[in-house]
Amino acid sequence: MIWLNIIIQGVLTGGLYAMFAAGLALIFGVMRLVNIAHGDLIVLAAYLALVTIDALALNPLAAIVIVAPVTGAIGYALQRGLLNRTVGDDLLPPLLVTFGLSVIIQNGLLELFTADSRRLSAGAIEVASFPLIEGISIGVLPLVQFIAAIVIIGGLQILFYRSAMGRALRATADDPSVAQLMGLDNRHVFALAMAISLAVVAVAGVLIAIRTNFDPALGPARLIYGFEAVIIGGLGSMWGTLVGGIVLGVAQAVGAQINPGWQLLAGHLAFLAVLAVRPQGLFPKVQG
Amino acid sequence: MPEPLLEVCALDAYYGDFQALFSVSLAVEPGEVVAVIGANGAGKSTLLNCIAGTIKRRCDAIVLGGQAIGDLPAHAVVARGIALVPEGRRLFPSLSLEENLLIGGQLGRPGPWNLARIYSLFPALSERRHVPSTALSGGEQQMAAIGRALMSNPSLLLCDELSLGLAPIVVRDLYARLPAIVAEGSSLIIVEQDIAAALAAAKDVFCLQEGRLALAGPSAALSREAISAAYFGA
Amino acid sequence: MVATFHVEHASRSSRIGTAALAVVCLVLAAAPAFAGRDDLRLLSEIFAYIALASLWNLLAGYAGLVSVGQQAYVGLGGYVLFASTILAGIHPLLAVALAGFVGAATALPVAGLLFRLRGHYFAIGTWVVAEVFRLIASQLSLLGGGSGISLPASIVIAMAGSRQMRELEMYWLALALALAVLGGIALVLRSRYGLALTAMRDNELAARSSGVNVRRIKLAIYIGTACATAMVGALIFLQKLRMSPDTAFSVNDWTAFVIFITVIGGVGRIEGPLIGTLLFFLLRQTLADLGSIYLLMLGCIAIAIMLFAPKGIWGVLAGRFGWQLLPLQRRLRFAAE
Repeated sequence: MIWLNIIIQGVLTGGLYAMFAAGLALIFGVMRLVNIAHGDLIVLAAYLALVTIDALALNPLAAIVIVAPVTGAIGYALQRGLLNRTVGDDLLPPLLVTFGLSVIIQNGLLELFTADSRRLSAGAIEVASFPLIEGISIGVLPLVQFIAAIVIIGGLQILFYRSAMGRALRATADDPSVAQLMGLDNRHVFALAMAISLAVVAVAGVLIAIRTNFDPALGPARLIYGFEAVIIGGLGSMWGTLVGGIVLGVAQAVGAQINPGWQLLAGHLAFLAVLAVRPQGLFPKVQG
Repeated sequence: MPEPLLEVCALDAYYGDFQALFSVSLAVEPGEVVAVIGANGAGKSTLLNCIAGTIKRRCDAIVLGGQAIGDLPAHAVVARGIALVPEGRRLFPSLSLEENLLIGGQLGRPGPWNLARIYSLFPALSERRHVPSTALSGGEQQMAAIGRALMSNPSLLLCDELSLGLAPIVVRDLYARLPAIVAEGSSLIIVEQDIAAALAAAKDVFCLQEGRLALAGPSAALSREAISAAYFGA
Repeated sequence: MVATFHVEHASRSSRIGTAALAVVCLVLAAAPAFAGRDDLRLLSEIFAYIALASLWNLLAGYAGLVSVGQQAYVGLGGYVLFASTILAGIHPLLAVALAGFVGAATALPVAGLLFRLRGHYFAIGTWVVAEVFRLIASQLSLLGGGSGISLPASIVIAMAGSRQMRELEMYWLALALALAVLGGIALVLRSRYGLALTAMRDNELAARSSGVNVRRIKLAIYIGTACATAMVGALIFLQKLRMSPDTAFSVNDWTAFVIFITVIGGVGRIEGPLIGTLLFFLLRQTLADLGSIYLLMLGCIAIAIMLFAPKGIWGVLAGRFGWQLLPLQRRLRFAAE
C-alpha cells in the first residue's frame, strides 16, 4: 500500500516535471535552441509570484494569472532582444549566452532576495487531501497540479496541431527560410515560441513553489528535471514529455522512500538508464 | 504603354565575396508571363531570390508598382504581393498538404485564390488533402507548392524550375494550368532549364549567362541560334 | 614539373611569442626566490585555471564538445586523491597521477552514454553526470559525506621535509602540470590530429567524408581532457587541504569561471585561455569582495563578447595584428623552381 501511495505521489509530481520539459522541448523544436537559463527563469517566476502576492495579497494560485503572462512577455523580449542573435548553426553562442544569462539571473536574484529559502503559502489547500480507496489518500494540491499539467500539455497539442499559430510554429521549425516566404517573420515566431514556453513554465514554477522551498540557486535542478523528462519521453513528442515527467517523478519518489538522500540520484539514474538502453526515448517522434 | 508591374534595375547580387549577378535589368508587365533561362549557375535562382527578398540587394534594384522594395525583408515582400515557388518545392514536411496550402494564406491577402479555388485548379490534390506532404508524388508536390504560393494572392508569382525532376507529361500538365493562373490576375516569372516549355509559355524571354543578361526579347521573335549563343556563350 | 612544398608552422610573431613565453616560464620557475608564500599560492591558482581553461578550450573550441560538466572530473580527481591517500596510504604525488588514470577510466563509459546526445543536450548531459558524481560523493560517509573531509596533516607532512619544501614542491608541480597541459595541447594541435580537429570544427560532414574518424578523435579528446582535468583537480585539493561535495563539484568555480575565462580570452585559440585567465585574476584582485555582483558582471561581459566579439580578445588581436604566441599555423611554402 505504501508503494502504491509512493507511486501515485511520483506520478502527480511528474506532471510538474512534464511542464518544465514541455517548455524546453517547445523551444528546441522550433529554434533548435536549448536555454540553459530555463530553470533559472522558472525560479524567477516563483520570485515574481512572491512579489505579486506580497503586493496584492493574493493566493498563489490566483497570482499565476498575473505571473504567467508577465513571464511570457519577459520571454518574448528576451528572445527578440537577445537570443535571436544567437540562433543559427553554431552551437557555442546560444549555449554560452544562455549560460551567462543563467549566472546573471541567479546572482541577480541572490542580490535582490538573498539566499534564504522561500515558499509560497496557499493556505488550507496545501494539506487538504481526500481518500481514494482504502489506505490511499491523494493531496488536493498535487492533484490540481497534475490536472493543470494535463490541461496545459493538451492545450499545447491543440495549439500546435489545430491552430494557425501552431501551423506557423511548425512551419518555422521545419524550414525557417521558406517560412519567411509565407509572410512569417522569424524573429516574431521565435519570440512567440519563447513566450509560450515561459508562460507554461511560469505556471509550473509557481505550482512547485507552493509544494517545495525555493532559492536562487535552484534553477539548474529545475533545468535538469525538464531535460531528463524530455530525453526519457523522447524528443519531439508532447505527450511523451508527460510520460517522461511521470517516470522521473516515480523514480525520485521510489528512491526517496528507500533512502531520503537518494531521491535526486534515483531520478538521474533512471535518466541514464534510458539513455543507455533506449537513447531515442520512450516515445520518439518518427520524423518524416 | 502601361507601367510595368515589376522592374529589376541594374541588380547586383553577392554570395559573400562571390558576385552572382552583374547589373541585371528586366521588366514584367501586368498580366504577362516572362521566362528567365540559362545554364546551371547562370544566376536564375539568385535573381528570383533577390526579387523575393531572401538575398540582400540595393533598395532601388527592385521596383514593384513604382515603389522601391529592395530594402524589405522576405516576409514583407510577400505582403506586397510577390510569392515564390522555391526550387525543389520545399514543402513543410511536418505539415499535411492542406496545412501547407493554409500556411500560404497566412497573411490573408484579399484575392480570388482560396482553398476551393486551388482544388479546382488542381483536382488531383483534393483527394490528398490530409496526406503528409512528404508522401506526395513529385508532381503533386509541385502543384501543392504552386498552390501554396497562390494562396497569398500575389500579383506576381515567381516559379523556380517547375520541371525539376518531373516526368515530361507532368510538366506539360503543369504548364497547361499557367494560363488559368494568369487569368486570375497574377503575372508570372518562370525560371526554366527546359527551354521549349519556357518559350511556349512566355511572351518575353531573358537569358542569363554567368550572371549577366545575355539576351532579351519576345520569345516569338528570337531564333534558336540566338538563344543557343546566349545560353552557352559565344 | 612537380612542385615541392613544405608546411611552415612558425611565423615571425610566433618566434617572438615563443621566446617571450620561454622567458616567462624561467621567471616563474625562479619565482620562489623572490615571491612570498601568498603570491606563490595565487600563482598556483592561476596555473590551475590556465590548465582547466585550456582543456575546456580543447574540448569545446576544437573538438566541438561543449561541456558544462567538467567539474565532474575536477571533483573526481580531488576525491581520488583524498581516498587513495587517506584510505590506502598512497603517496600524494602518486595519487595525483592515479587521479588522472581514474579520470580517464571513468570518462570512457561516461562518453559512451553522453555521446548519444547531440549539441545542446550533450551539454546538459555533462551537467547531469557532474550532479550524479556530486550526489554519490555526498553519500560516501568514508570520505565525509555531505559535509566533506580534511586531509590529515600526516599525509601532507609525508610529502617533504619542511613546510617550505612542501610549498615549493606544490608550486613547481602546479607550474609543471600547467606547462604539460599547454605543451600537450600544442603538440596535439600541431600534429595531424590538430588538422583533423580544425577540419571537424569547420565542417564535420566534410571531415568525415575525407576519412577523418570523427567519433574516435572526439572520444580521445574527451578522455584525455578528463584525465588531465582530474589531475589538476587532485592538485587543487591537495593545495586546499579540505574538500566537500559542493566545493569539489562546484559549477561556479570549475565551470562558470572556466567558461567565462575562455570566452573572454578567445575560444578556439590556444592563446585565449592564457589571456582570459590573466584578465580574470586581474578583475578579481581589483573587484575582490563583490561576490555575486562579480559573477553578474562576468556573465554580462561574457554575453557581450559572445555577441559582439565572438573570437574573444585574443581573436580580435590576432585578427588585427596577426599575432601568434606559439607556432601552430600551417602555411604552405612552395620551393622556388
